[in-house]
Amino acid sequence: MRLERRASVPRALLLAAPLAAVAFTLLVSSALVAWAGAPVGRAYALLLEGGFGSRFALTETLTRATPLILTGLAAAVAFRARLFNIGAEGQLYAGALAAVAVGGLHGGSGFDAPAWLLFPLMLAAAMATGALLLLGPALLKSRLGVDEVVTTLLMNFIVLLGVSALLDGAMKDPSAMGWPQSVALQDALQLDKLVERSRVHTGLLVALGLAVALWVLLQRTTTGFEIRAVGANPGAAGFAGMPVGWVTVKVALLSGALAGLAGAVELAGRTGYVTLDMSPGYGYSGIVIAMLAMLNPLGVVAAAVFVAGVLVGADSMSRAVNVPTYIADVIVAVSLIAMLVATMLTQYRVRRV
Amino acid sequence: MTAPEPILRLRGITKRFGALVANDGISLDLAAGEVLALLGENGAGKSTLVSILFGHYVADAGSIEVFGRPLPPGQPKAALAAGIGMVHQHFTLADNLSVLDNVMLGTEPLWQPFSRRAAARERLLAAARDFGLAVDPQALIGDLSVGERQRVEILKALVRGARILILDEPTAVLTPQESESLFATLAQMVARGLGLIFISHKLDEVLRVSDRIAVLRGGRLVAELPARGARKADLAEAMVGRAVAPAVRRGARAADAHAAHEPAAETSPALASLCELRGATLRGGGARPLLDGVNLALRAGEVVAVAGVAGNGQAALAEVLCGERALDAGHLLLDGRPLPARPGAVVRAGVARIPEDRHAVGVVGDLPLWENAVLERYATPAFARLGFVRRGAARAHAQALVQRFDVRGTESGGLDTLTRGLSGGNMQKLILGRALTPGPGEAPPRLIVANQPTWGLDVGAVAYVHQQLLDACAGGAAVLLISEDLDEIFALADRVAVMHQGHLTEARPRAQWTLASIGLAMAGGADDGAGERPGVRPPQPRDPAAHATGTAGGSPHAA
Repeated sequence: MRLERRASVPRALLLAAPLAAVAFTLLVSSALVAWAGAPVGRAYALLLEGGFGSRFALTETLTRATPLILTGLAAAVAFRARLFNIGAEGQLYAGALAAVAVGGLHGGSGFDAPAWLLFPLMLAAAMATGALLLLGPALLKSRLGVDEVVTTLLMNFIVLLGVSALLDGAMKDPSAMGWPQSVALQDALQLDKLVERSRVHTGLLVALGLAVALWVLLQRTTTGFEIRAVGANPGAAGFAGMPVGWVTVKVALLSGALAGLAGAVELAGRTGYVTLDMSPGYGYSGIVIAMLAMLNPLGVVAAAVFVAGVLVGADSMSRAVNVPTYIADVIVAVSLIAMLVATMLTQYRVRRV
Repeated sequence: MTAPEPILRLRGITKRFGALVANDGISLDLAAGEVLALLGENGAGKSTLVSILFGHYVADAGSIEVFGRPLPPGQPKAALAAGIGMVHQHFTLADNLSVLDNVMLGTEPLWQPFSRRAAARERLLAAARDFGLAVDPQALIGDLSVGERQRVEILKALVRGARILILDEPTAVLTPQESESLFATLAQMVARGLGLIFISHKLDEVLRVSDRIAVLRGGRLVAELPARGARKADLAEAMVGRAVAPAVRRGARAADAHAAHEPAAETSPALASLCELRGATLRGGGARPLLDGVNLALRAGEVVAVAGVAGNGQAALAEVLCGERALDAGHLLLDGRPLPARPGAVVRAGVARIPEDRHAVGVVGDLPLWENAVLERYATPAFARLGFVRRGAARAHAQALVQRFDVRGTESGGLDTLTRGLSGGNMQKLILGRALTPGPGEAPPRLIVANQPTWGLDVGAVAYVHQQLLDACAGGAAVLLISEDLDEIFALADRVAVMHQGHLTEARPRAQWTLASIGLAMAGGADDGAGERPGVRPPQPRDPAAHATGTAGGSPHAA
């Protein structure tokens, strides 16, 4: 067996790749479900029902998908320019903390400013914080060639420990019975609910709007042209006169801002205050989602809903049959690997010797 | 040359990549003591054929016999063991290891506790002695010249007991003198009964070196003939499938140059230079500067060529002229004004830039053709408004360019075809078109900087590129041609300068150079008076004469 590069990639194959990846993922997960001693068919039915099968399931999935869309977009735009931002998790927490610093109930009441002023300030603070966090690694990469995978990944630990320190110190809510959590957000700054008696909030609309905006940016604007060209071939982009270093910095600011915004939206739409468990790895899942979507902003929406549905469905399935919720992580992880292999196989063909 | 029993026998080799038939029922024999030239354009199937022979690919059909025994397919090890050696065009040597280490690499089993260096050294020296390939086993590859590295490549194959040696474009990186010494080595190998397969697209060389010539075109063996008595024009036609007209100068200047036997510019010094480098110095990271006080003046309507062995500063020179790098000292002037070191500004100033490496620098392969067509001008008002790309204007520009420069390979995908899917020739046409086609409302380029514009192109595409450059020149543009191909330089240039270790000789009229004097300057042997230096390695009696008369008349391939 050996791999040979295809002269051209058929369109049908590009569409079939994600489907094949999902099928393979289900196969692998089935084996694990069976191993756990649960009936495979019923487990999947429960997972599907728990993720998409009812009004409650659907709204929960969309609630979960909202931050995932934003972190997915953050990863997708950065990866398009070959800036491998692994730090969305840290940027999300930093963004959330910045948002609560602006809009929180400090000293019982918080800043005394009208909501129409405070709300955009809160979002701007979150986005700026996320962007600044990625600016350092981006400058190190474009100036000194420091690998941004290492720097952004390690920044996550620094940020999370810093957040932890602040939640136990300066930002700690004195009325939280000693729990390490931040002061709560002002009520006026909370996002409205999108559907009655559910947790879906208007942040979903923000995420969807940004997905479309990012698609337009990448496909229709000169900046998007620069991002795609620099990502695909920095040598040629630079020769043609594109400012490669500046494009990297622009992309870093955009990606960091999106991840920071994810933190603010999660804060204002769902949690209302910052805790150390407000994100079950949304930043890292964003990478998976971006890869599943083949870095297409519109695909990110679909991939985020898929991943969110699996996570939510697995929760409800594990309550009904005896399969640990970790099956969701396995499904997401296997689907990523399957997707990467499937994408590679669209570029190459396997030949038997 | 009727050998009794061939040492290598290919029968009906067929290889498909999808719809593409790379090799179509190719049958060939090679006898001991014979040089078989494999001639063909890029994409004719030469590389595929030798890759199958060497076990990198597996043929869909056909068989290979070496010394009467079938060769198992798809196993480079089996090919090596059967006595097939390969000298790749891009050397497969480790720069940080010694010659001996490189030769030994991969010859010893991993579980052998000590490596047998003394024995290997003996074998290396024996092979070097037998074939007249002098090397120092202790020397680091990184310190060797290109010619010496090639010797190591050849020795590597010989020490492993190769009886059939495949040489892939072996002269592409050599000076004329180094090529001569390579040919002498080949003659020794043949005398010792080795069979050689010599891959090339240089017709002169093939005629000189080989006994038999096999011509591939479109995956098929279209001609197989003895080298003796073969004619260049016939071979070129067999390669391309049609007669190839060499590039010719159009307009009045051709007659001028012919009559005066000297370029027109030389006779009219009043003609001011369009672009000038004065004392241009560029310090790289290494011990000596990349450019060391380079002086060069380019005039409108004139082709100036820079010759030299790869890696002597030509790349740096091109980068400076293309606005990629700023000089550390000295001046770069266009119309007497300093030219800023920014690609965008350089393009706006009317410089057409054709980079050396199509794939790495010329185009973004993963973007569609139309986006690559406006890559240098994407931010100009013609193609951008309020931060948005004016797709209509950009696509119209690309469409016009594709038509005018005859870019093929867009039949199925149109302007959205991914650029990486284009053949080398069509990719070069796209780059040429992009450089030479002014944006709406712009004047045509006044200076053309072409760095190895025909590298790796087939005969037909080479003629096309040459014609475009000459036409632009006739239209009043100054052309700087950087090339390692002396045939190309003699065919196109009005004046020639030679680069060696960052120094550039004075640009002298073409007629004042001979193949020998250029080769000497390329090796650093002549910083002045190259034309008159007597007694140093007299040129081959036939070739330079052919060049001198042939190119002056504008038809180098008419012999």
